[in-house]
Amino acid sequence: MSVKIQISQKTRTKIEEICKSFNNEPGELINVLHKTQDYLGYLPAEAQEVIGQELKIPTAKVYGVVSFYSFFTMIPKGRFPVSICMGTACYVRGAERILDELKHQLELNVGETSADGLFSLASLRCVGACGLAPVVLVGDKVYGRLAPDDVKNMVDEYKDMRGAV
Amino acid sequence: MEKIKLIIDNREVSVPKSTTILKAAREIGIDIPTLCYFELEGLNIHNKPGGCRICVVEVEGRRNLAPACVTECLEGMVVKTNSIRVLNSRRTVLELILSDHPADCLVCAKSGNCELQNLAVRFGVREIPFQGEQSCYKVEVSPSIVRDMNKCVMCRRCETVCNDFQTVGALSAIERGFASVVSTAFNQKLSYSNCTFCGQCVAVCPVGALVEVDHTPKIIRAIADEKKTVVVQVAPAVRVALGEEFGMKPGSIVTGKLTAALKALGFNYVFDTDWSADLTIMEEGTELIDRITKFLKGDKEVKLPLLTSCCPAWVNFFEYHFPELKEIPSTAKSPQQMFGAIAKNYFADKIGIKREDMIVVSVMPCLAKKYECAREEFKTNGNPDVDYSISTRELAALIKQANIDFNSLENVAFDSPLGESSGAAVIFGTTGGVIEAAVRTAYEVITKKPLPKIDFTELRGLEGVRAATIDVDGLKLNIGIAHGLSNARKLLNEIKEGKSQFHAIEVMACPGGCIDGGGQPLHHGNSDIIKARWEAIYEADRNMPIRKSHENPSILAIYKEFLGEPCGHKSHELLHTHYFDKAKVIEIKLD
Repeated sequence: MSVKIQISQKTRTKIEEICKSFNNEPGELINVLHKTQDYLGYLPAEAQEVIGQELKIPTAKVYGVVSFYSFFTMIPKGRFPVSICMGTACYVRGAERILDELKHQLELNVGETSADGLFSLASLRCVGACGLAPVVLVGDKVYGRLAPDDVKNMVDEYKDMRGAV
Repeated sequence: MEKIKLIIDNREVSVPKSTTILKAAREIGIDIPTLCYFELEGLNIHNKPGGCRICVVEVEGRRNLAPACVTECLEGMVVKTNSIRVLNSRRTVLELILSDHPADCLVCAKSGNCELQNLAVRFGVREIPFQGEQSCYKVEVSPSIVRDMNKCVMCRRCETVCNDFQTVGALSAIERGFASVVSTAFNQKLSYSNCTFCGQCVAVCPVGALVEVDHTPKIIRAIADEKKTVVVQVAPAVRVALGEEFGMKPGSIVTGKLTAALKALGFNYVFDTDWSADLTIMEEGTELIDRITKFLKGDKEVKLPLLTSCCPAWVNFFEYHFPELKEIPSTAKSPQQMFGAIAKNYFADKIGIKREDMIVVSVMPCLAKKYECAREEFKTNGNPDVDYSISTRELAALIKQANIDFNSLENVAFDSPLGESSGAAVIFGTTGGVIEAAVRTAYEVITKKPLPKIDFTELRGLEGVRAATIDVDGLKLNIGIAHGLSNARKLLNEIKEGKSQFHAIEVMACPGGCIDGGGQPLHHGNSDIIKARWEAIYEADRNMPIRKSHENPSILAIYKEFLGEPCGHKSHELLHTHYFDKAKVIEIKLD
């Protein structure tokens, strides 16, 4: 499979600026990756190529760091990023069953984005809303005290927004 | 230097400060086992991540066991390398490594030469008590190297040579925890990465994770095919290393036995890459003289320094990393390719066969040669000048399979006409040799006087970067030499910045040059083996009756009969090449 990843000149210039703000210092790789992911939402291969060139680090090494830290992702988030809290409180109140249902309804595994770009699924640690456990976030919206049966309705709400801007 | 005293296994030892426990123990004959640790002393290659924990020892007063390869000795230290705690831990570590290693030793290319297998034998492992998850990676076959990461033990030696010694940066550790493995950027195939196929990763891999592409079945089939005329050529460095595969001491020169073995294998013609090395000197030397003459006449366009172009990993390196300098290297093909071009365009005609009916095999100390002979520009109508390149190790395997008792073979000479060579050709096998051969010829051609002394010892040595000025009858020729691509990079950066004072630079990618190529018998970190081969190369040179390329009668004859003059029309057609810019933004390929 051949995947072509394109970045506009604008994005390329932005990445170069980020590198420059860290004096193109190879030791600043992780900071550069953070800033770039803040800007793009993810770290596509071509962005890593540009960063490698600017900081004079082999691309394999850049990829080594990106693949090492779970915070970094090479997959763009969906229009509706779904995150489930797997912190202790949510976990003991059945987050795992909610996650199973989310996987089923979205047809996604954790870390994946749907082919139409609508949904992505992530799991995270305590969001500080333990009183609402188990908690799911869709974008900034918080869904608390969910039961597995609620998941389908919640997901359908967003599926209906497909096409809407 | 300040000395410190410590006790290892109840024996007192005195070592310089900052010596590791591993080395201190070795001084008194205690051989602590290692796996990830790797050092090529005197050649600036070391890998000690302290990661595998096979070398752990007990240090009195320390709570945890200490890895001997990275723990420095301290005054008064009391170390136990074989206490029950150490032995048990070491065994557990080994068993855990083995639990995620395919137990396919019987059919593994590294069997008998594998450091992990050796440890299992040494520890007397009879069962692997841990049954857990197994790594599952696709085996990748590139033009030169086979990568089977299921066998990787994460010693990271390959990553170290690729990044530190070669500065190629094709390999890196990726992912984390159980999923961590050494791979390329975005898990691309090696062919899509900037790998130069130098093969040093293969030379240092302790297990069968990185091995060469095996062409031996193809060679056997070609020899058995009666319609084909199979011609073989042998590189200079092979003759000083092959003996090791048959138990001879490092540095044994086995040219005559090697030739006999090739005849016994059934090759129709046994020729010598040394012959085409002499031809390379005629072409490259003429190019050097031409560029210097133009330079001295004030020509501002002339490209100096001239860079040698015999080493295919080096050619790949500048195509990927310094494409802006691609007009500087000599356009002369490597000896392997010159041989192929002459064999298929001249010799095939001479013996009255079509090029399609001739198969040219090369025996090389190198893995990049496999890639080189498959380059499109070295093919005519899809038919390559050199069909297969095999390594020294592959040749040893062929000889063993054919029931040939190598040690008892009588010496046999190379066939004529592509078998005669000079001492200048044999030194192509080590760092500094190509440029010394070129200087021997250039000196006599420029001055028209015989050399006062043939040995240019100022060009010899194993330091990474060397420089010497050769007085050619008043003309001061500045020569630079680098082996290891990190060292080549330093000289290339000087050229880019316009600071290079050299007229000619020789580069070889591997440590010590071809004598430690990726296709040579494995040295397992013993640099004495490389030094022995290095000395043998110069001994082989001294043993030759003719020691200058331009005095090789068979070379003079081919110019007279076929080629015309060096760098002439026919030469340009057959013996010269051009280079490509491969540094373009890469299209990312995933599979």
